[in-house]
Amino acid sequence: MTAPRTLFEKLWDHHVVRAETAATPAVLYVDLHLVHEVTSAQAFTELRERGIRVRAPHRTIATMDHSTPTTPGGFAGLPVFDSSTSARLAQVTQLRRNCDEFGVPLLALGDHRQGIVHVIGPELGLTQPGMTVVCGDSHTSTHGAFGALAFGIGTSQVAHVLATQSLLQTRPKTLEVRVVGALQPGVTAKDVILAICARLGVGGATGHVIEYTGAVIRALSMEQRMTVCNMSIEAGARAGMIAPDDTTFEYLRGRPHAPRGAAWATALHEWRSLATDPGATFDQSITIDGSALAPMITYGTNPGMGMSISGNVPDPESLADQSERDGARRALHYMGLTAGRALEGTPVDVVFFGSCTNSRISDLRDAASVLRGRRVSPNVRVLVVPGSQQVKQQAEAEGLDAIFIAAGAEWRESGCSMCIAMNGDQLQAGQLAVSTSNRNFEGRQGAGGRTLLASPLTAAAAAVMGVITDPRTLMGARA
Amino acid sequence: MSANWTFSSTYVTLPRDNVDTDQIIPARFLTTTDREGLGPKAFFDWRYLADGSPNPEFVLNRPDAHGAQVLVAGHNFACGSSREHAVWALDGAGFRVVISSAFADIFRGNALGNGLLPIQVRPDILARLIAEHTPDTRVVIDLQASALTLPSGDVVTFVVPPFSKYCLLKGTNEMQFLLDAASDIDTYEQRHPATIDTTTEEAA
Repeated sequence: MTAPRTLFEKLWDHHVVRAETAATPAVLYVDLHLVHEVTSAQAFTELRERGIRVRAPHRTIATMDHSTPTTPGGFAGLPVFDSSTSARLAQVTQLRRNCDEFGVPLLALGDHRQGIVHVIGPELGLTQPGMTVVCGDSHTSTHGAFGALAFGIGTSQVAHVLATQSLLQTRPKTLEVRVVGALQPGVTAKDVILAICARLGVGGATGHVIEYTGAVIRALSMEQRMTVCNMSIEAGARAGMIAPDDTTFEYLRGRPHAPRGAAWATALHEWRSLATDPGATFDQSITIDGSALAPMITYGTNPGMGMSISGNVPDPESLADQSERDGARRALHYMGLTAGRALEGTPVDVVFFGSCTNSRISDLRDAASVLRGRRVSPNVRVLVVPGSQQVKQQAEAEGLDAIFIAAGAEWRESGCSMCIAMNGDQLQAGQLAVSTSNRNFEGRQGAGGRTLLASPLTAAAAAVMGVITDPRTLMGARA
Repeated sequence: MSANWTFSSTYVTLPRDNVDTDQIIPARFLTTTDREGLGPKAFFDWRYLADGSPNPEFVLNRPDAHGAQVLVAGHNFACGSSREHAVWALDGAGFRVVISSAFADIFRGNALGNGLLPIQVRPDILARLIAEHTPDTRVVIDLQASALTLPSGDVVTFVVPPFSKYCLLKGTNEMQFLLDAASDIDTYEQRHPATIDTTTEEAA
């Protein structure tokens, strides 16, 4: 009889090609490799220089998302073509050449399946329980929502996977984050993960793989689970994962790359074994009471600096640790916020709906539920950027685009857009944005820009009111 | 090509916690398709004022930063984005070693793979390095011995994974090791055939 194992341990053990020794890390097999334009060019160059082919093109898929325009017509449709635009165009052109040369399938700009790499993997049914999934992008943790071991890698490792479909890895520790109770109305998956980041801190899960458990997690849809796993890296975790269940299987059933017929039954049998065994132990565990959570928002310059929306900005002077105090002071100075004051009522310049955290159809439905029949504040620029072309088409089929446009928001093409601000969609210095994305680092959404991370509901409330607003005050209280 | 991993250097201190990779190399510089040329962009938005002139307050712009091969930084250095460009930028700016009380996981791996040595020390050692810093103070790095000599002359040891140490000292990297594992990878693939095929529009 084998010892009880965590979900992570099962996934790790299954993918060991060569075991870890005292002298060498483990060789771990990769089932699915996602590629995008920003972190792959130097890797393809290395293969070319060494005369190596891509080992498993059928386990590799590329898209263009980070640096692509979100205005219609792609690069050709841009009104201004400056040196920065030409660098971006050169980068996506290089990806196309690399994919052609190495036989890697590419969902290019203009393809009906193009989109943010972490949106399209699940959408196409490529991300499946039990897999190892990697990408040159730290938000690869998103795919852990399916009970996969999914993590971000650097470009040198992208080259390793292209060449060998394997990686050298040392085994991380495990951390259980149990979220018990039930969420109150107006409190979403984004609020759960922001609360977890606030509890753990921006480096609190470094060296660990998180497994999210508990009644709140079980009750989440797949899209909501992806939102939670997506931000695991924001607490420093190597990966985040959720054991698959009927919610997972129903999401996958019938997707283009999901198993069919007899293969579906076989897969289902295997997937049902992917749970942490009773009696298995984690290196660490924390519990969060989901019933006590309110909508969350960040106030500082890392995702761990979050608070309940109705609270007051924490006072740096209350922190015992000198360097934490310095960090909190610097963050408030950058953000232009005052310790001890309420965040509610703070004027907002931009609201961004999008990113691999919150750009799926359910996120857009949440945003539309608040914006329906309302206008965005005249002082606020509002961008709605669907995560993929398929999300865009679905939203248009449901009439969500009409709601956004009628409200005065911009309805865009799919891509990473203002989350990473390298495609031309960006904040101006000093602007304050409420964003459904995942990072509020200094300058993340444009040099000098200030970001407050929140859920699509909270972002929509800010868009309508023009100031930070508790979304619960608008829900059900329609003007 | 083996590198000299016993050397002495002056150092630069950046005593801020949670420095993220967006600060080390802002995203707008990630459009490059090369590894070279990112040194001048390192810490760009802290290093330069809005008018493009060097910010005299920022450590890398002080005269004594010139020639320093060691960066001493606050807790949880290089968190956030996986961009290896952060390592290429630090390398391009002349750094061979970063010392902190903690590093983000992805950065640590990226650094080791590029010959940039992350040295993790206890918080009190980090505090001493910051407190004892002057333009002339030096540290000595001895990778073979996993030893760091502080300005005071005290020696502390640090942990480097044995395989990474081997690669750094030999000037080799992980790729060859993985390529040499090809027969094991073949065997694994025979036992675990692919259940997906990305080259088709849908599953068979």
